[in-house]
Amino acid sequence: MRLKRTPLFETHARLGARLIEFGGWEMPVLYTGILEEHLAVRRAAGVFDISHMGEIQVIGAGAESFLNQILTNDVRTLSVGQGQYTLLCNPAGGVVDDLYVFRVDDEEYLLIVNASRVGADWDWLQGQLDTTAITEVIRLKDVSSAYGGIAVQGPRVAEFVNDVFSGGALRGALVPRVTDLRKNQIGIFLFNGVSVFVSRTGYTGEDGFEIIASAESIAALWDRVMAVGQAAGTRPAGLGARDTLRTEMGYPLYGQDLSETITPMEAGLGGFVAMDKGEFVGRAVLAAQQGGTMGRRAVAFQVTAKGPPPRPHYAIWSAGPDARALGHVSSGTQSPSLNCGIGMGFVPPSHAAVGTALDIEIRGQRVPAVVVRKPIYRKPV
Amino acid sequence: MSSHVPADLQYTKSHEWVRCAGQIATVGITDHAQHELTDIVFVELPSPGRALAAGEACAVVESVKTASDIYSPVAGEVVEVNGALAGQPGLVNTQPYGEGWFFRVQLAPAADLGSLLTPEAYRQHIGE
Repeated sequence: MRLKRTPLFETHARLGARLIEFGGWEMPVLYTGILEEHLAVRRAAGVFDISHMGEIQVIGAGAESFLNQILTNDVRTLSVGQGQYTLLCNPAGGVVDDLYVFRVDDEEYLLIVNASRVGADWDWLQGQLDTTAITEVIRLKDVSSAYGGIAVQGPRVAEFVNDVFSGGALRGALVPRVTDLRKNQIGIFLFNGVSVFVSRTGYTGEDGFEIIASAESIAALWDRVMAVGQAAGTRPAGLGARDTLRTEMGYPLYGQDLSETITPMEAGLGGFVAMDKGEFVGRAVLAAQQGGTMGRRAVAFQVTAKGPPPRPHYAIWSAGPDARALGHVSSGTQSPSLNCGIGMGFVPPSHAAVGTALDIEIRGQRVPAVVVRKPIYRKPV
Repeated sequence: MSSHVPADLQYTKSHEWVRCAGQIATVGITDHAQHELTDIVFVELPSPGRALAAGEACAVVESVKTASDIYSPVAGEVVEVNGALAGQPGLVNTQPYGEGWFFRVQLAPAADLGSLLTPEAYRQHIGE
């Protein structure tokens, strides 16, 4: 299969990026180095190409009720201009995708979904639409290929991001400036005379914004952000840094920490499941798991000895004598901020409490680790 | 980007270098290899006393993204490893031919150095 290229492909080539396959896309994994890009985002600012992410519009008088039946979080709590992290589940409670839903207007929602799941999500949404009892108008539109996106992340982003746009929000959260958006808010702003979506969201744990714009304008947008952010030390950042940054926060990655056979409860995402909102797909299973027992739970861990970094699929063992296999690492890496191995994985609830000692098996050796609270890395205040 | 290939070393197709002084051979990975691997965060070295065959996987170098095997270019017994890499694995990136060396072997009597690459052959191998 030929890999898809984002509208920023030429930009990456000009910057000398190293490219890898990710979710069917040819994406930059790094420009100069993962550690350097990671630390730039933690200390100043970084710009990521997120054009591979999917965008699905849900429009119409029935959009809210429809989404509330298929998403785990409560869509009704969203006022115009507000967004939330949420999950799309199958009847068994397994995760079809994890995503952001924004209420752009009264009867208009924008779903930002994982690149690798656009097709699966679209089929799932269509199937749900075909069987819904809602009679009001619901229109679905996959606009993924029409849009590109960038994420501008880091503690210094707010110093310059207003200079990218002209004027206040036209729709969504009607704020005078981009930096007036609060966390999880979205507004439509003008860039070069073209309207673009700007949300105060991200996947790094830092303050920052995600900007979704037409595929034609995304390269100019990238250049503009780099230009106005130069004095603040803004750098391009690749998927390598994106992965280490999100792992330090304990944010899940679909395909590793989430799948159609992992439920939000098992993944430790129960906070994004609104059990009290009424019926929704997967609710029965999730409610039973919430009130009862589960075979496994996701934990975050930190390696406590010097050793090789943990990686996905490595086995997790109980510590001490009579060690037994508990599960596996779902995400693991060397933390650039903490300078030690960190990760997430699945273990029985008996070994999921914070402070529990675990061993990670790395090439036949057991490396000691401890269950920690998320986020794994906290910035010194 | 052009990689540094010192003229006084011998090389392997798997991107190790060897510096021979009498019967002692020092082994590391090339500038090209460290550049390809990017930021190195951990190096696992063979135990002193271990007998290595030429081409045997004997060390592991880990970058943020991946773990890669390192192969012994020559047959011999490990007599010394670079302890500094435990605390500063980044030396492999900054000084691949100097402070970032991996291990030293006492060459086996039958060690064959003839199949190692010359600097010119290695440069050609990496397309430079």
